[in-house]
Amino acid sequence: MPNNDTMSGTLGVPVVALGDVHKSFGPVHALSGATLTVHAGECIGLVGHNGAGKSTLVNVINGRLEPTSGDLAFAGETPGQPPKGAQRAARAGVRSVFQELSLCPNLTVAENLRIPYRTMPRWGWRALARKTVRAALDEVFPDHGITARTLVGDLPLAERQMVEIAIAFSRRDSDARLVILDEPTSSLDAAIALQLLTHIRRFCDSGGAVIFISHMLGEVFGVASRIVVMKDGRITEDRPTKGFTRATLVDAMGHVASAATRTTSRDFGAEVLRLPNGLAARRGEVVGLAGLAGHGQAEVLADFFFSRSSTWHARRKPHVAFVAGDRSRDGVLPLWSILRNLGLMTLREHSSRGMVDHAQERAIGDTWRERIKIRTDDMTNPILSLSGGNQQKVLFARALASSAPIVVMDDPMRGVDVGTKKEVYRMIRAEAEQGRTFLWYSTETDEILECDRVFVFRNGAVSAELTGDAITEENMLRASFEMQEAAE
Amino acid sequence: MTGFLQRPWIWAYLAAAAAFIATMYVSGGQGAGSLAYAALTFAAFAAIVGVGQMFVITLGPGNVDLSIPATMTLAGTLALKFMATDSSLILPGLGIALGVGLICGIVNFALILLLRIPPIIATLAASFLFQSVAIWSNRGLRIKPPAPLADFSTGGLPGLPNLALVAILIAIAAWVLLERGLAGRWILAIGQNARAAQLSGVPVNAVRFGVYVGSAVLAALTGFLLASFSGGANLNMGTEYMLMSIAVVVIGGSSIGGGSSNVPGIWGASLFMFLIVSMLNSYGLGAGVRLILTGCIIVTVVAFASKRSHSA
Repeated sequence: MPNNDTMSGTLGVPVVALGDVHKSFGPVHALSGATLTVHAGECIGLVGHNGAGKSTLVNVINGRLEPTSGDLAFAGETPGQPPKGAQRAARAGVRSVFQELSLCPNLTVAENLRIPYRTMPRWGWRALARKTVRAALDEVFPDHGITARTLVGDLPLAERQMVEIAIAFSRRDSDARLVILDEPTSSLDAAIALQLLTHIRRFCDSGGAVIFISHMLGEVFGVASRIVVMKDGRITEDRPTKGFTRATLVDAMGHVASAATRTTSRDFGAEVLRLPNGLAARRGEVVGLAGLAGHGQAEVLADFFFSRSSTWHARRKPHVAFVAGDRSRDGVLPLWSILRNLGLMTLREHSSRGMVDHAQERAIGDTWRERIKIRTDDMTNPILSLSGGNQQKVLFARALASSAPIVVMDDPMRGVDVGTKKEVYRMIRAEAEQGRTFLWYSTETDEILECDRVFVFRNGAVSAELTGDAITEENMLRASFEMQEAAE
Repeated sequence: MTGFLQRPWIWAYLAAAAAFIATMYVSGGQGAGSLAYAALTFAAFAAIVGVGQMFVITLGPGNVDLSIPATMTLAGTLALKFMATDSSLILPGLGIALGVGLICGIVNFALILLLRIPPIIATLAASFLFQSVAIWSNRGLRIKPPAPLADFSTGGLPGLPNLALVAILIAIAAWVLLERGLAGRWILAIGQNARAAQLSGVPVNAVRFGVYVGSAVLAALTGFLLASFSGGANLNMGTEYMLMSIAVVVIGGSSIGGGSSNVPGIWGASLFMFLIVSMLNSYGLGAGVRLILTGCIIVTVVAFASKRSHSA
């Protein structure tokens, strides 16, 4: 632990300081001009929407990513040639717990401690590792009931997360000065989460620093001494927690919604689907699935598609068409031409006596090349000769060319340029007015604002249903975050 | 001409032609006609099972039918036992053989689908089952085929054996299915990305079922014809077709990774597989050396073929 004497002032010594740090991946600026100093004894709550740059920021601090430009300084570093990257951060006492667990499932709890603890004695390290990990677990999570000899793979998810957190806080050759916790409570129940929050406060009181990322605003307010808000790769707010209320924090996270050109409410037809989780849609309606990424929207869509299609029988008139967002996993057939990829969904519809109608296939291909502007001079070119955005257009055309009354879209606008996006929005509108129903999962707010009705998902369940003027970014954020406070 | 050379099946025919010429070189040109006739006859068996295996392999990584030899044996054994040299029972006997194929295919796919066993294990396990039934029903007897059937399977038009005719018709049907048929498209789509295919409305299980049953029925037909051709069924008559069926698919230019089939190549590869053995025979090599060289040549061709498809 850092010396307690440094805690005499209101702020301790800086543990890490970032000065105007930029990080870009090609043309994408994931982080633009981040300036942040973390002092000993502080707990910083880092909040922001999907893709706001939170992960990039903490990955720059823990050395996983090298900043494109800007200064990064750790406390206690001697000038000269410091080690680079992760090693430098580790030497400065930076430890991280990630959302996607990073323990080795084939090793025991104690053996997993051995991996970051490089300087263990060659002989007898197992006993030391067991003792250390037991002490760490006891300290953070009293009455945890986890034994150090258990294989991590045999532990339930929550206990794995507990082990990972305990290892991050454990005492070893170099002490933890800054612990980065990225959604640490996502798989913990309320009682265990409370133990963690208590430990974070204790850790900070004794001079440690914590960066706490969570979408559970109640926890952030409960534990953070300072809140940093990120938006579009920038730090937009950096104030003591006392300066925020829940409402102002939610406002600070969302960008001012561009006044959406909402079409006047139309009359929809009969309800065409209603799922047990509350998701419903009427004929001609564009239904949005919103919420933070990975809260079950994609699974709901895939399950719905599979429930309305058969693996044994292909209907001439399919009920549902699917537009994949994860192109290589769910959409593209890599060995085929553009034409064959585009025509797959409509093959059955235009076949006679089990034979493919090649003339019809070409006609559909030419129609859609015009309509959706696929950039190729020959539709028999391989699909992989197209850019990602153009491949996505082919997948759109594949679904829209079918006669399916319901079209399911799984975040389909990745890699699509702005012009095409507008074009596709317009096309979706036109199709909806013709009576087609769209289920549209998107991680981008602009797209959700195009919808007639929005279901916000949290932890695999619908947490709110928004219609008409209630479809605003603020309401969506509130629904993505708020229920967790009630659960706390 | 370059377009012609880029066809993946051309290499199988070139290799077959090279083996043919090398054999003729030893014999000094004697017996070219009879060698060609024999090649067409024996290649027919490999071509029929090869077509079935090709569709299975096209379904994607992990898909292969290892029960082909056992299905051949079982179908041949049961059909010949049923006919009991009675000429009037030839057509019902053919029906028995194809029915055996149907059942074997259903068993294979049931193991794959219901018990979720990987196809390579499922078909291997099923083949022990089929082989055991064949042993149990055969009891060491060798029953001759009815005379007209034996005449048909050993006879033919001048220059074209009946068996080759049958196998060519099957290959043409397979080619039409693949190039023009809905089912062919679906098979190719599943082989490239089964999940994407399913999300585009392809009835994945129905297609896979059809392919495994089709492979078993073609194997059963081959068993029936082979037993008729060779004067009776015996218990190891299918053995060499395990490797043969896979080799002709790969040498013929279909992708081992699935998603790409090649019907003309099956015939070229089948001819090559027969001619390479007769070439080594004509050079007077013993059975052991012959097997080693056959293995080496197959490995070389496969390595060459896969390199070619990588660069493409």
